[in-house]
Amino acid sequence: MENPAASAAPPWRIAPVGDRCLIVTLGDQVEAQVNRAVLSLAAHLQAEPLEGVIDVVPAFTTVALHYLPQAYAGKPPTPYGYLAARVEERLRRGIPDIDAESRVVEIPACYGGPFGPDLEEVAERCGLTTGEVIDLHAASPLVIYTFFFAPGTPFAGGLDPRLALPRRATPRTEVPAGSVAIANGLSMIYPLAMPGGWNLIARTPWNLFDLRRDPPSRLRLGDRLHFVPVTPAEFDRLYEARP
Amino acid sequence: MIRVLKPGALSQLQDLGRYGHQRYGVPVNGVMDEWSHRIANILVGNPDDSPTLECALTGPALRFTRDRLIALSGADMQASIEGLPAPLNQPLLVRGGATLRFGERRRGARVYLAVRGGFDVPRVMGSRSTYIRGGYGGFHGRALSRDDRLPLCACDTGYPGATRLLVQCGTPFVSAGQFELPAAGGAPGMLRVMQGPQWEAFTEDARTAFCEHAYEIGNQSDRMGYRLSGPRLSLASPLEMVSEAVAFGTVQVPPDGNPIILMADRQSAGGYPKIAYVASVDLPALAQAVPGDAVRFATVSLDEAQALYLAREDALAALRRTVALAMQGAHGDANRQSHQDAAMPAAPGQGGPASIPAVGGES
Repeated sequence: MENPAASAAPPWRIAPVGDRCLIVTLGDQVEAQVNRAVLSLAAHLQAEPLEGVIDVVPAFTTVALHYLPQAYAGKPPTPYGYLAARVEERLRRGIPDIDAESRVVEIPACYGGPFGPDLEEVAERCGLTTGEVIDLHAASPLVIYTFFFAPGTPFAGGLDPRLALPRRATPRTEVPAGSVAIANGLSMIYPLAMPGGWNLIARTPWNLFDLRRDPPSRLRLGDRLHFVPVTPAEFDRLYEARP
Repeated sequence: MIRVLKPGALSQLQDLGRYGHQRYGVPVNGVMDEWSHRIANILVGNPDDSPTLECALTGPALRFTRDRLIALSGADMQASIEGLPAPLNQPLLVRGGATLRFGERRRGARVYLAVRGGFDVPRVMGSRSTYIRGGYGGFHGRALSRDDRLPLCACDTGYPGATRLLVQCGTPFVSAGQFELPAAGGAPGMLRVMQGPQWEAFTEDARTAFCEHAYEIGNQSDRMGYRLSGPRLSLASPLEMVSEAVAFGTVQVPPDGNPIILMADRQSAGGYPKIAYVASVDLPALAQAVPGDAVRFATVSLDEAQALYLAREDALAALRRTVALAMQGAHGDANRQSHQDAAMPAAPGQGGPASIPAVGGES
């Protein structure tokens, strides 16, 4: 009686997030394949918006849709049920892959010293030299999986597994703007000065969030990040003032 | 223009939020109490997404340079205009040169000021909401300070007859209409919540405590989140969580077991287990609660929460129609004439201001 094809669950789950948000889960692990499906679905829902949806928010393994329940007043069975059915239709029809569109962005970064105060400790904890940490970070095929935490804060997967380590036991009360950090198998950049608990290995001279640009975030979801080591003198020359 | 004589504890422009940019990690912000914000806007004939001035705990002192139609809604902070008590939830035509002040807070946490025509500040990423940490939106990305001059969009006074009444009465303001308001609903003592995705992952004791015990709003609570203390909420076994989008009213539980309800300035995503979501219709009541207040939770289904939500939308739409009719002078000149006979100017220190009597709740 077992028919694996018939009983297999679809590769997604749809669930409510309260009464005006819905979330589609496309996997349970933070990994490139799952995130690519996430970014493809988010791009599709941006390009062909569903009525009543006011925000599409991709994360590592999920895409959330914030919606106005009143947009579906009178439509059966309930606002959530109606929208979930529309999302289900889209997913069954198939979502075009976005991979071809992703850009490669080469980001200058000055490693170690005052620019990356945790570099030596990271090297020690990973059993590597600081030079190896820099090489592995710069060579990692990093892809921006999501932004959150603060405006324009990218979280990229694809970090070399030899650089896997948790966050610092005690967060810093202030991390300088532009700090490049690693933890939990990911690399991220603090675009603004803020508190943070990740391991700081470098700083980029770039300003990543500027309201005079549209969109203000310089980086995009799905961007492939290549960190390019620069000297302190080059850092100063490339430095972009934050307004 | 509004001249800020005193800024108050935390007075900032907010609208219904900066949706559409969370994929860049941009938080939504927006008003804490959507109900009071919308009531105030409706009473002056503004669209829902027009920014209001959200004034927390101690209100500002604001001088209007010209006659302006305003409405106040939300907390009772003893609003007065030139010493005369200014009622909440009524459109008031304020005389140019008059000053709006607030006294001691009697009930609620935040009062909302809507001005007909709206505040003339630019949209940032589609919204006029202030994000203080980010330094953008609203009035120069910050809360009001002393001597600020808040620009207003040019606008008429909305209700026919209100200007004439103001001229006749000589009072600092007149009431331009009285409306039967729909009940706001919701109370901190019984917040309706839907079970969250990790509800089953909490211990039986935790789920029982969450439903049966009072939780106190802590001092560390702010526009980002309300931190609650009460019986600690434990997971039956540790969970591996991946950060994902959260919404206004999400009740998340960090490892210390003290729940946090995410409010207007929340981040776009979070990675703690979610025990519940507060129903949207009850968020205004929660937004008016202050540290030290007790909250209690009662579970409802998603269907019930959405039915309540749609009923609230209907009630607000009905109020908007009634206000629009009043603004068109739908009650006729003869009717208004007889009302005007009854209108009395207010002498300072002698009761309320003059008013055009009720133009109806349901009509």
